[in-house]
Amino acid sequence: MSRYVRNLIIALVVLAVLYGLNFVFGGRMISPYFSRILMLSGISITLAVSLNLINGFTGQFSIGHAGFMAVGAYSSAYFSVNYGIRLAAALGDGTLGWVVALTVATLIGAACAGLAGLLVGVPSLRLKGDYLAIVTLGFGQIIVVFLNNIEAIGGARGYSGIPIVKSFFWIFLIAILTIVIVYNIVHSAFGRALISIREDELAAEAMGVNTTRYKVMAFVISSALAGAGGVLLAHFDGYLNPKSFEFIKSFEILIMIILGGLGSIVGSVLGAILLTILPEALRGFAQYRMVIYSLLLIVLMITRPQGLLGKTDVFKKWRARLRGKRAGETPIDDSGAVIKKEEV
Amino acid sequence: MKRILLSSIIIASLLTAFACQSGGGGDKVKIGVFMSMTGDTANFGISSTNGIKMAADEVNAAGGINGKQVELDVQDDRSDPSEAATIVTKFVTQDGVNAILGEVASSRSIAAAPIAQNAKIPMLTPSSTNPEVTKKGDYIFRSCFIDPVQGAAIAQFAARTLNAKRAGIMVDRKNDYSTGLEKFISQTFTKLGGQMVVTQSYQAGDQDFNAQITSIKGANPDVIFVPGYYGDVALFAKQARDKGITVPLVGGDGWDAEQLYKIGGAALNGSFFSNHYSPYDLDPQVQKFVTDYKARYNSIPDALAATAYDAARIMFDAIKRANSLDGKAIRDALAATKDFPGVTGKVTFNENRDAVKPIVMIEIKDGGVYAVRERVQVEGAAMPELTASPTSSVSPSTAASPTSSAKPAASATPATAKPASTKPAATPTPKT
Amino acid sequence: MSTFLQQLINGISLGAIYALIALGYTMVYGILRLINFAHGDVYMVGAFMGYYLAGGIGIRGAQMLMGNPDANVFGRVIAHGLLGGGVLQPSLVTALVIMLLAMAICAALGVIIERLAYRPVRKYSRLTALITAIGVSLLLENGGQVVFGADPKFFPELFKKRNLNLIGGASINTADIAVLVIAFALMVGLQLVVYRTKTGRAMRAVSFNLDSAKLMGINTDRIIAFTFALGSAMAAAAGVLVAIRIPRVDPLMGILVGLKAFVAAVLGGIGNIPGAVLGGLLIGITETMVVGYLSPTYKDAVAFAILILILLFRPSGLLGSTVQEKV
Repeated sequence: MSRYVRNLIIALVVLAVLYGLNFVFGGRMISPYFSRILMLSGISITLAVSLNLINGFTGQFSIGHAGFMAVGAYSSAYFSVNYGIRLAAALGDGTLGWVVALTVATLIGAACAGLAGLLVGVPSLRLKGDYLAIVTLGFGQIIVVFLNNIEAIGGARGYSGIPIVKSFFWIFLIAILTIVIVYNIVHSAFGRALISIREDELAAEAMGVNTTRYKVMAFVISSALAGAGGVLLAHFDGYLNPKSFEFIKSFEILIMIILGGLGSIVGSVLGAILLTILPEALRGFAQYRMVIYSLLLIVLMITRPQGLLGKTDVFKKWRARLRGKRAGETPIDDSGAVIKKEEV
Repeated sequence: MKRILLSSIIIASLLTAFACQSGGGGDKVKIGVFMSMTGDTANFGISSTNGIKMAADEVNAAGGINGKQVELDVQDDRSDPSEAATIVTKFVTQDGVNAILGEVASSRSIAAAPIAQNAKIPMLTPSSTNPEVTKKGDYIFRSCFIDPVQGAAIAQFAARTLNAKRAGIMVDRKNDYSTGLEKFISQTFTKLGGQMVVTQSYQAGDQDFNAQITSIKGANPDVIFVPGYYGDVALFAKQARDKGITVPLVGGDGWDAEQLYKIGGAALNGSFFSNHYSPYDLDPQVQKFVTDYKARYNSIPDALAATAYDAARIMFDAIKRANSLDGKAIRDALAATKDFPGVTGKVTFNENRDAVKPIVMIEIKDGGVYAVRERVQVEGAAMPELTASPTSSVSPSTAASPTSSAKPAASATPATAKPASTKPAATPTPKT
Repeated sequence: MSTFLQQLINGISLGAIYALIALGYTMVYGILRLINFAHGDVYMVGAFMGYYLAGGIGIRGAQMLMGNPDANVFGRVIAHGLLGGGVLQPSLVTALVIMLLAMAICAALGVIIERLAYRPVRKYSRLTALITAIGVSLLLENGGQVVFGADPKFFPELFKKRNLNLIGGASINTADIAVLVIAFALMVGLQLVVYRTKTGRAMRAVSFNLDSAKLMGINTDRIIAFTFALGSAMAAAAGVLVAIRIPRVDPLMGILVGLKAFVAAVLGGIGNIPGAVLGGLLIGITETMVVGYLSPTYKDAVAFAILILILLFRPSGLLGSTVQEKV
């Protein structure tokens, strides 16, 4: 069986499973509250995994992710409100119409966010460490300032009237696509170049890796995927407010990937789910909820400093097990590189 | 593997923790309340919740609604729109609430309203002023005035009563409430023949307004509109007076709080703001509310506490008249609310499910007394016509006597004109 | 001209506050390479400590703590504060006393935070420490909303303020002068501590290389704790000074100011003490000028844009030393 046929079959199976789950989680079979949390987790997964590409695998410290998410959210929302609704209506306002309209909206959102990523990435990726962090944070804040002042998208009053599409299928399709894209990048020559940059930028350069080009490419892809996450959010409640994209949101995504284990895709997924559920699970504590939330965060970091999963490559371990081989004694990360004790 | 297991266990236990919450019983009226108890507007959420809790305890002490006790389910949304939507989803699907009260901020109400609408559970917001909120559907109500009405009332007061020609405005650019009011104030003020000479902005949380004040002072306005929240307004007033600006400041209901005067002090004397009510109103119902609230929470109720208290009682009243816990029945009863005697005035819902009720213009006097200066009854959405009414007919020389006997002789405000649309204040109010 | 002079004065007063907070960021960063995001919230706690020291925790609060608060002087001070309890009269000395006490309390808070939250994760990656810092920051903000209450509080007047007219029509407030003088005195004091004392020398040694410093017999744990104490005291001083100028304190007041101070520290070259002061003043003056002459709406955007531009041309800040990359 050729590789392509196999991949195609896997893709079809995943689609079928998603479609089946859509009936369970998207419909009335379980509580809409529960499925809402699940779908919000799906959006968080998209955001966390995409941030992991730049922070976890390339080792570039970016804390402006919410800004790119906002670009994706607002651009796609603008499209949907002004053209998407008409496009869907022209195609019969049925499932087909909305599939087309949403696909276009998603592509537009991702493209705009990617473009923003390019504009930010080209000048700023010459910077390193905390300087890069502060510049990305600055760009994120600048984006929010603009959102607050553009009347066409509601300004500070927020943008409402966006068509609401709460689809389990769509959200998790994007989430899985994000995971597949990031996984494939990490396991390609491109990914090895990124990881060499993370491990030692100078050595990578000496080996002939065009570090700037690779960093910018990773940054653009990461931003575009964040934009896709923003698209999901925009159409989830049909309402956007610039306040949702402040730097605290970027921190939240950062916490997800570090809590899950920097450089681990499965870790990011777990971190995203955990951090989405946690505030809801703590509802019983009433006004002490957020105090306990922050305490838990500190305790988790102290007790599990490498994150829940560290850099362990769960996929690789599973594959190794399936082939009847034991994974090596040394811990390996998603790239196959041996984890060094010290990082950053 | 062990770690995956560990994390999965953590997540699974969290899932069960929130999935296993049970619904309400049949012998109680269950009201879901979602408010910002933490985050950047926590003070407003807490005030509102206080008002609602007091209303619920009062009705329960009096035997409940048609014999059924009211049970409140108060949830915090961290001042976040998405979380507000999550809570309302929980209310309507998990907890089986009969009606919903919330939110303070329009952004959160807008995010949550479609969910209540879909589930056909009536939702009443006590203080979201953005017109967009009640456009989300026929189950969404609001018991306060909307931005255009309030903005028009403020501008009209400045143009006619204060007879101002040149206005400056200081707006909180990051705040939907403030930018909303700014739009309608500027529109109306310009329509009434005034001129907006300077617009300056800040962001909630800014502490230093000296740069803006220096610019405003250079433009030399007769009046400065400050449609923001009291914390920032008080600081602005203090710094403006320090820099030698003496013209009156005029703002909206976001000003109302005891802290406004505590922080701003004498700098605010002679300034005005539009509000839902005044705690110094001699109306016995208002006085009873203020006394009870003070006894319970040890502070003077602000407008948000008062509107939330009214909203809760309007909701209870509707449920009582509906004599049913069915969403549709409560909705219909709510829509039929007419002249409900609230502490913030008589409330009737118009066809947009927005409350039609009087706006009071309050003058801040020495010692922090909020005296009612004027009562403006505006016809809900019909406000734009009102603002277009001829202005030249009201000139200072032909003006009637001051609108309220509460006006002290020492008042330095240049108020001489009596706007055609205002009624004299019903109750003289100063209580020093 | 008078407007410009006025805006310059406004900018310098604002910048001095940013500078004081930026010092704490920069010192901790210099030693641990840790962005201490909780620092802005320590500033908030400092302001609240000043508030309670001056005005007390109220009769109800004191009753809960100790029964009848009016029984003795101690009880009265707890209930009504140093000013309200009549122990001190409003004057500059009172302001200094309250500021020093708030500094002491926050220094202790800084040491506690370091001991409980940061020291356990010090040996792990810097990002772990960063998330811990964000956690502490959230804890102080949310805890502040529970303990202090979410509504803004009025900070009592510690001394009588007056406006002094300057040549050219500009004016300056006595509070501004006091804030400037105290702030710059603190900065000079800090410079002396770091460059003229044995402990300061140890601090610098630790910041060059922690492990070598340990080998040299320096008690690094103690030095790090001392750095946190010093930084937090500076933040508390800034908190009280801001409250003197601008009498409103609330539990979230540290977020925005903290962020801007952090930007100031990076702008000046993080880890560099004169750089933090320069960065703070620059951000303060830029912000004021943007508000005064360009668009106040885009104030934050312009401030960040300038930061980004400067960093693009001087990647390690204005006064930061370019570290040679080693293979």
